[in-house]
Amino acid sequence: MWDYTEKVKEHFLNPRNVGFIEDADGVGEVGSMACGDALKLSFKLDENEKISDAKFQTFGCASAIASSSALTEIIKGLSLDEAMQVTNDDIAQYLGGLPKQKMHCSVLGRDALEKAIAYYRGEPDKKIEGEIVCECFGITNLDIRRAVTENGLTSIEDVTDYVKAGGGCGNCHDKIGAIIAEVNGTAIENKPKPKALTNIQKIRLVEETLEREIKPVLKKDGGDIELVDFDGNRVLVKLHGRCSTCAASQVTLKDYVQAKIQELVAPELEVEEVS
Amino acid sequence: MKTIYVDNNATTKVDPLVVEAMQPFFTELYGNPSSMHSFGGQVGGAIEKAREKVAALINASAGEIVFTSCGTESDSTAIRAAIAANPEKRHIVTTRVEHPAIKNLYEQLGSQGYRTTFVPVNSAGELDLDYLYDNLTDGTAVVSIMWANNETGVIFPVAEIAAEMRKRGIVFHTDGVQAAGKVPIDVQATGIDMLSLSGHKVHAPKGVGALYIRKGTRFSPFLVGGHQEGGRRGGTENVASIVGMGKAAELAGSHLKNGRMEKVAQLRDRLEKGLLENVPRALVNGTVESRLPNTTSISFEYVEGEAILLMMDQLGICASSGSACTSGSLEPSHVLRAMGVPFTAAHGSIRFSLSTYNTEEEIAYIVENMPPVIARLRTMSPFWNEQAGSAAGR
Repeated sequence: MWDYTEKVKEHFLNPRNVGFIEDADGVGEVGSMACGDALKLSFKLDENEKISDAKFQTFGCASAIASSSALTEIIKGLSLDEAMQVTNDDIAQYLGGLPKQKMHCSVLGRDALEKAIAYYRGEPDKKIEGEIVCECFGITNLDIRRAVTENGLTSIEDVTDYVKAGGGCGNCHDKIGAIIAEVNGTAIENKPKPKALTNIQKIRLVEETLEREIKPVLKKDGGDIELVDFDGNRVLVKLHGRCSTCAASQVTLKDYVQAKIQELVAPELEVEEVS
Repeated sequence: MKTIYVDNNATTKVDPLVVEAMQPFFTELYGNPSSMHSFGGQVGGAIEKAREKVAALINASAGEIVFTSCGTESDSTAIRAAIAANPEKRHIVTTRVEHPAIKNLYEQLGSQGYRTTFVPVNSAGELDLDYLYDNLTDGTAVVSIMWANNETGVIFPVAEIAAEMRKRGIVFHTDGVQAAGKVPIDVQATGIDMLSLSGHKVHAPKGVGALYIRKGTRFSPFLVGGHQEGGRRGGTENVASIVGMGKAAELAGSHLKNGRMEKVAQLRDRLEKGLLENVPRALVNGTVESRLPNTTSISFEYVEGEAILLMMDQLGICASSGSACTSGSLEPSHVLRAMGVPFTAAHGSIRFSLSTYNTEEEIAYIVENMPPVIARLRTMSPFWNEQAGSAAGR
């Protein structure tokens, strides 16, 4: 039996956003029944080109369904540029982690998202690029290289867990080994750097910090705060209630809100008020 | 929540009578059966009684039964003994749908220089006998054909094959792990040379098995050591479990005679019929003509097996799947693939395997609660929506 986190089980048993948006702006379909999992993602944009709604249909195991559900939750409210930065690791982390052999479910989600965005932007299908390495699952050298680079993979088994390549007949194991050696040979010196938070992770943490730490304090004084946008390292917020008219609001903002966010999320973040 | 256990081809509940029979051998009767004193000797007597009971289940004589640690050990012992007895013969034959205990052993022997033949099956899971006979040569050392398949329950005509092998002078082994206790086995009426058994599939504990070796079959031990088991398997005996397996064999034999297995078959049929009637696009894998009384493999098209199992788990229902996701490998069951079951169905296959412990209420519960699970997963499936029109139009 797989060792799924409670969050995976919860998203599997109560998946969010199941379905298909009929007048969708972006649609991405990846996988196939033969492969054992497939995902059809659709999203709708609002007037500011932000994802206002996202829905999925998935054929696959519990972690594939949970990953799809997580993906739709993650991308809601994001601009397309922000959504482009969502990685498979973001999906896995949102779920509190996935068993290693199930990481390909998170990659499936990322691929569907990219396809849906490319569809909206009218970009040609990327899949045709590269040459097929794994015949069984139709995985190209570019897919494998990307998985190895982004996730720091070091073995053929890892590659199979993330993109399935090498999980069938095994004839391509030598080729996969060569790609791993090539990528790691050039990338090794960059590797020990601590992994910076992705934008998605930052946004999530900022939201959490606002909800849990900051709002309760401001509310005691009859004020409130709302996250409006996120631009690089600038956290744009709006103050409400008494805060919006308070003369000391800038002090509150910099000395309290920003300090808290820098402490709990990342030191490079700046908080600014927008009107 | 009540557990409804319909995964008896995976393992079974130890019968309380078996536990009772084993109990003294954990406490007061702890002697070593090989000892000269009567304290140990009485334990040796208990092993011999168990041997007679296991022999009786398959109509062998007690001297033809060797106790092992599991079905896999029995399989490995049989095949290695057969090739050791025929060192000049370098060809070994089995089927494409064997349990990994044989399949992977053959693949290993193949990588060590043996020529291997894996006999195919048709879409109903039935063995291609012509292919089998056409591929035998003077250099064939052993043929191993399972009695019944663990995933589909399909029974192979082992008596007929054994007779043919006898004529040709080829050693014939059968993996009888799934068949024993479910269908009558009579080794004297057939030309079977060796037959593997497992305790935990017949309500004995895990960790004990047996190998039938026809008197006169050339044999060499797999585990080399002391003179236990007549020099055919070294190692101090797992006494309590052997006694348990003896008791379980006795109970299984009486269930075959008193109609309990027919009762199991009726429940299985009711389950199968109930699910096929209440779930569209569901189909049975394998022929229903010649099948174990307790097993049904049903494919629910356009949904994935692991997801089905986990939703069933929420209802307390325990079963298995031939889907890729359940195994950790990326390929669905080699049995279903060998049968040519399409991917649309292989990934959504669920195996139900019953035992004499299952009740009518349990079957009714499954028939009532499974269809909504499948329907729910289908609403999430991108393939189901596309297919719904044509499926509904039938």
